[in-house]
Amino acid sequence: MAYTEEELKKELETKEYEYGFYTDIESDTLPKGLNEDIVIAISKKKEEPDWMTEWRLEAFRAWKEMEEPEWANVTYNKPDFQDISYYSAPNKKPKYNSLDEVDPELLETFKKLGISVDEQKKLAGVAVDIVMDSVSVATTFKKTLAEKGIIFCSISEAIQEHPELVKKYLGTVVPQKDNFYAALNSAVFSDGSFCYIPKGVRCPMELSTYFRINQAGTGQFERTLVVADEGSYVSYLEGCTAPSRDENQLHAAVVELIALDDAEIKYSTVQNWYPGNDEGKGGVFNFVTKRGLCEKNAKISWTQVETGSAVTWKYPSCILKGDHSIGEFYSIAVTNNFQQADTGTKMIHLGKNTKSTIISKGISAGQSQNSYRGLVQVNSRAENARNFSQCDSLLMGNRCGAHTFPYIEVKNKTAQIEHEATTSKIGEDQIFYCNQRGIDTEKAIALIVNGFSKEVLNKLPMEFAVEAQKLLEISLEGSVG
Amino acid sequence: MLEIKNLHASVEDKEILKGIDLKVNAGEVHAIMGPNGSGKSTLAEVIAGQEEFEVGEGNILLEGEDLEDLSPEERAHKGVFLSFQYPVEIPGVSVTNFMKTAINESRKAQGLEDMPANEMLKKIREKSEMLEIDRKFLSRSLNEGFSGGEKKRNEIFQMAMLEPKLAILDETDSGLDIDALRIVANGVNKLRSKDNAIIVITHYQRLLEYIVPDFVHVLYNGKIVKSGTKELALELEEKGYDWLKEEAAV
Ligand SMILES: Nc1ncnc2c1ncn2[C@@H]1O[C@H](COP(=O)(O)OP(=O)(O)O)[C@@H](O)[C@H]1O
Ligand SMILES: [Mg+2]
Repeated sequence: MAYTEEELKKELETKEYEYGFYTDIESDTLPKGLNEDIVIAISKKKEEPDWMTEWRLEAFRAWKEMEEPEWANVTYNKPDFQDISYYSAPNKKPKYNSLDEVDPELLETFKKLGISVDEQKKLAGVAVDIVMDSVSVATTFKKTLAEKGIIFCSISEAIQEHPELVKKYLGTVVPQKDNFYAALNSAVFSDGSFCYIPKGVRCPMELSTYFRINQAGTGQFERTLVVADEGSYVSYLEGCTAPSRDENQLHAAVVELIALDDAEIKYSTVQNWYPGNDEGKGGVFNFVTKRGLCEKNAKISWTQVETGSAVTWKYPSCILKGDHSIGEFYSIAVTNNFQQADTGTKMIHLGKNTKSTIISKGISAGQSQNSYRGLVQVNSRAENARNFSQCDSLLMGNRCGAHTFPYIEVKNKTAQIEHEATTSKIGEDQIFYCNQRGIDTEKAIALIVNGFSKEVLNKLPMEFAVEAQKLLEISLEGSVG
Repeated sequence: MLEIKNLHASVEDKEILKGIDLKVNAGEVHAIMGPNGSGKSTLAEVIAGQEEFEVGEGNILLEGEDLEDLSPEERAHKGVFLSFQYPVEIPGVSVTNFMKTAINESRKAQGLEDMPANEMLKKIREKSEMLEIDRKFLSRSLNEGFSGGEKKRNEIFQMAMLEPKLAILDETDSGLDIDALRIVANGVNKLRSKDNAIIVITHYQRLLEYIVPDFVHVLYNGKIVKSGTKELALELEEKGYDWLKEEAAV
């Protein structure tokens, strides 16, 4: 951002007042537990229209009848859903008064990621005077977008201001009853993002949730809806590389992407939730449902770098409904210590001449378990569907595990499906070779891991890729010894 | 430059080096020959600091400094280079990127800034031309899918880039055809100077026709059983190793 500190200060002084989101909802928390009254209360607090309340209730009723899935290759103590508070308004009060009070380990990580002091304060929840706050940046950001007719706001705001769009698309790709976590999210989602790109518009900048207004307190049950109208293009970045500590153990987000005819959506994620300590205590459970729908000639690319969370359950998918549509999935999943990840994708080929590509790179260290689970399904009407899948696993040490579960269902003879899988280990001999050239072990591992992940890192927007690369190094620090 | 005194090394309680003495002065080239399994690669790796081997008795001194407590990378920073008998593959890491990292890590250890990009490029161009390496080759993943000869040539390219004080070439000639051998040997000769030293490990006299050694040693069963000048290499070529084995057995 080409912004001077002064300009920012001024902007914020005026705008914060104007956009006073945080007024009078401070420390406003609903009692623990989940029932219809709570769902209604959440909807009320957000001043939602009746159709939205009803939509949530439908989801809740479905959820009550559902069971938590057990097929994933992960084990954890199931959360007690009646012991969670489902609505906690954004808290304005800073957690700390100065950086001295923040966990030094966290600060060390910030430093390694090259995050500025002001940003560090913001991320750690330290009281900030007037510094680069996302609110003011987002405001100017929004103005540029508005000129092109692009809508980028919180989903709550969208429900108020653009109900026709939300009503038309919400739940069309991930229905309320889709799965246990999606149903839970649909009933209680606190906030999230909404984005609409009008016909034929190429969004001029990467849309980043990082700069979205009203960021605070949306983490636990986030809901994202991105609609790219005919012939439009958008690149969307989710998450940030800074470690996110969160007291909320359970995270169940839903992301829906809709790419209408000839549209393209690039959705990139860096996920770095707290993974728990090196003994496997604590850490976030991340159960995400992400799915995109491609109409004719449309294209959706998911790119993800997953390094955080104690347990990850996540399968960004594409429904290739329109003829000639394209789905892509590029993923790097890192697990260390006692982390468990079960992630992959589903490519559902419905239209003719549809194409999908899956590149998955799993890196496991410590005593972690890393599973790839993918489904390629070719419907009977999907003439000439093509898929290429490549799943590579890299192991560090002898105590971790890598697993691959590729499922292929083909109902049309013209389909061409290719699947390749490799498993390799970082060898002592590779490390010694690097050492001999003057490269220490830590750096050698980073080099080898980056080499292994290159095809996916290359798919990320430039700046994000550099950050992601550093993040990989940090995630694996101390994993060989 | 290098002084090895009564060096013993073992792996899994099996002694492989059984008391080696060797002195290499700056400006010299030494050849080490000997039958398979006699411990040549082990000696090379122990000098480089491979921790797989346990060093019992003995010392390795580089310019008078005992290397015992130095890690492999620290030894590299001090100018030790090993051209591996079997170079490993590192997928996804280009030769250029690998060299850039290696050079800058060594510079960092010496308190220097990263090498400026244009200087790096110039050096890469110069050294790759010297070894007749195609530029396209440098963007390929390190050693992945390289032929035996390409791997060896790439090792010498790295030597040229890093300009070590002490270079140990472990069977660099194996896998090279005669033209490549000449190019690589010429490259090595250009890198010879009065300030550095080279140890050439080989089975064959052939390489020593191009890289002419000042001294030749025969390593057999973990010991240096004979030392001499370059004529010894010719003698070995003619008579094989059996007479030495008999001599050593007495
Ligand atoms: N890592 C190891 N583990 C067990 N034995 C080894 C190891 N490395 C080398 N050796 C043994 O040490 C001996 C010498 O090997 P090496 O140094 O490779 O010989 P050379 O290079 O002269 O052919 C051989 O008997 C070999 O099997
Ligand atoms: Mg050998």
